[in-house]
Amino acid sequence: MRTLKDVKCGETVSVMKLNGTGALKRRIMDMGITRGTQIYVRKVAPLGDPVEVNVRGYELTIRKNEAENIEVA
Amino acid sequence: MNAVIQKEEKYMSIKIALAGNPNCGKTTMFNDLTGSSQYVGNWPGVTVEKKEGKLKGHKDVVITDLPGIYSLSPYTLEEVVSRNYLINERPDAIINLVDGTNLERNLYLTTQILELGIPVIIALNMMDLVEKSGDKIDVKKLGAALGCEVVETSALKGKGSMEAAEKAIRLAAANKASAPRHEFGKPVEEALQAIADLNEGIVKQEHTRWYAVKMFERDEKVMEEIRLDQTAQDKLETIISSVEQELNDDSESIITNERYDYITNLMKKCVHKQRRGMTASDKIDRVVTNRFLALPIFFVVMCIVYFVSVSWLGTIVTDWTNDTFFGEWIQPAVGTWLESVGAASWLNGLIVDGIIGGVGAVLGFVPQMLILFFFLSILEDCGYMARVAFIMDRIFRKFGLSGKSFIPMLISSGCGVPGIMATKTIENEKDRRMTIMTTTFIPCGAKLPIIALIGAAMFPQFTLMGPLLYFLGVITVVISGIILKKTKLFAGDPAPFVMELPQYHIPSAKGVWIHMWERGKAFIIKAGTVIFVACGVIWFLSNFGFSDGGFGMVEESASLLAVIGSFLAPLFAPLGFGNWQAAVATVSGLVAKENVVGTLGVLFGLGEVSETDPGLLAQISLMFPHAMAAVSFLAFNLLCAPCFAAIGAIKREMASAKWTWFAIGYQTILAYAIALMINQLGGLILGAYSFGAGTVFAILVLIGFLYLIFRPAAKQRKAGAPAGARA
Repeated sequence: MRTLKDVKCGETVSVMKLNGTGALKRRIMDMGITRGTQIYVRKVAPLGDPVEVNVRGYELTIRKNEAENIEVA
Repeated sequence: MNAVIQKEEKYMSIKIALAGNPNCGKTTMFNDLTGSSQYVGNWPGVTVEKKEGKLKGHKDVVITDLPGIYSLSPYTLEEVVSRNYLINERPDAIINLVDGTNLERNLYLTTQILELGIPVIIALNMMDLVEKSGDKIDVKKLGAALGCEVVETSALKGKGSMEAAEKAIRLAAANKASAPRHEFGKPVEEALQAIADLNEGIVKQEHTRWYAVKMFERDEKVMEEIRLDQTAQDKLETIISSVEQELNDDSESIITNERYDYITNLMKKCVHKQRRGMTASDKIDRVVTNRFLALPIFFVVMCIVYFVSVSWLGTIVTDWTNDTFFGEWIQPAVGTWLESVGAASWLNGLIVDGIIGGVGAVLGFVPQMLILFFFLSILEDCGYMARVAFIMDRIFRKFGLSGKSFIPMLISSGCGVPGIMATKTIENEKDRRMTIMTTTFIPCGAKLPIIALIGAAMFPQFTLMGPLLYFLGVITVVISGIILKKTKLFAGDPAPFVMELPQYHIPSAKGVWIHMWERGKAFIIKAGTVIFVACGVIWFLSNFGFSDGGFGMVEESASLLAVIGSFLAPLFAPLGFGNWQAAVATVSGLVAKENVVGTLGVLFGLGEVSETDPGLLAQISLMFPHAMAAVSFLAFNLLCAPCFAAIGAIKREMASAKWTWFAIGYQTILAYAIALMINQLGGLILGAYSFGAGTVFAILVLIGFLYLIFRPAAKQRKAGAPAGARA
């Protein structure tokens, strides 16, 4: 399954499933990344990590190893 | 003013809480409502403290500014603080600030706040920006759907804040809780009802909904508080898991998903979004965090901040405050005045040299700090600080620090005091504490004279002493990060870095000013208390002692400080500087690190000398048995507990005596260990020492050190897992 980590800049994807548990999963969901949400991957930081995405109309940054918990299509 | 409100005020005091997401303008509104000068920023989680103020013109109305939060989950400190306050202290009304330009995510918190059973007013903020963007929000519909009143505001422009507050007062007086209109899906609602029945008589009537939802989520904090008996617990588990099976997800996610689904529907009904291209903020961001330009821009911004606040303007104002303001004006004036009123010479000394001299040395940093805070405020308020974390995160998180740790570290190369205070911008507590503990390892400006002195005395041909010690500082930071991250205190998964990048704003002058002044004030108060006392004590110790069978003022070489120095000297013997002069100089460095040089001058009977005095250089070269002992002395003085001003800043930022002592203890022990290894192993290589007990000791320390660096990290174990696998 493809995760948010693998998405290229400029692509828009839809969230299928969230893995992980506890604080991290809750935080990701609290910030508005829930099933069916559209995520636009805007850019990668100059050093290759983290990434900047647009979700629910605002900008969010997330580390790649955290983005790995977000399955997308 | 409204007559009804005035009447109500007479017999009741009303508590109103301000709640909302970070960056929604909450602090601006708080200042607007209370007139208090408080920090204004657009930085996630910056108001960690509870701030209160009286509503302007309403003596009996207390407004509490809650930390900016995204949710009422049990996982972050800010969220727990907020919900505990909302549940346990139960304000009479809540003003829920909602950023109109970012409605979807902001309303997520609203759906949770509405379940608390407390009257809620929604302040739909940043409406000026919404209008400008061409978006349309049907406020009436929104209010009706949510089941509470919505007031349009623009806190930055001072519009609507008072109206929201007055409506909140009226609601509080009527004590009519907002009835949450949003409902979860049928299976969830049925489960919530069943849990509410389970809780009958256990929780207060108005809290029924809140506890039902939280227990459905298996919220750890609430479960600890409620302590159901076994049968009830089993029942609860059956209720939850049957819904989980039906909806094929965990209960916490079910709730979050349904909240957002509800909001998505609500948005469709009440908001008409204008399609648009890139906003100005997007355009700025495209350049500023561009793959290729981000680092150069970052470098330039940091150079400007550093150059102005540390090298150029900062040095000018600090020197002026220290040498002219205190040195030439205050001290002589007070001295002359004390003489004229016939004060004893010891009192004159205590006040003029001890207290004014000491506190003055510390207060001398204030103007420089204000300049620095001015820049930091701008960087924060305009939204760039969040991008700093975005750009630097990759490097710093490797050793347990945050991307935002870069700024404190950079500033500490000028002065540790503002450096430590700059850690305020790091919202994660572990990262912040780690940065506070390690940032003073970077040599500050006041340590440069020590480096210059020892370098000139011991290694006159070697010009790289300065850079080498900066390198030592950086290495110590990195090693500390690795070591500390593996201890239980800092263990656990790194905090989620799922962070909002707020829109760029032009910072408001008032906001920057308040922000800058708040921080400066905190430091001045500290200088007036802890540092005041500490300077008095050191002055006393260095001027008084036993001589000729009596106790009185003596030369520094016969003072109590010298006695303490002789007492401490053996402790420093393994480091290669076991003489009392070096020990006293080290202790005097606690007042200000540059004192080390001055004290050595005084102790060698040379009077006030600079670090380039040839007589002092000659004495210094005699003080150390070999070159590595001098390096060890340098390393210890650079890395050990910082000056009182910096310790005061640590105390202030840690907000805990325990953590302050831990930080100072850690720094001093680490400094000792590093100096020991330098002296013993370096001395052995140079041939100054033969292999002996000291060498064995140093090797043991080295092994311990390597163990701490390379051992596996301590894991935060959940209950049930085998604990204490490694003590």
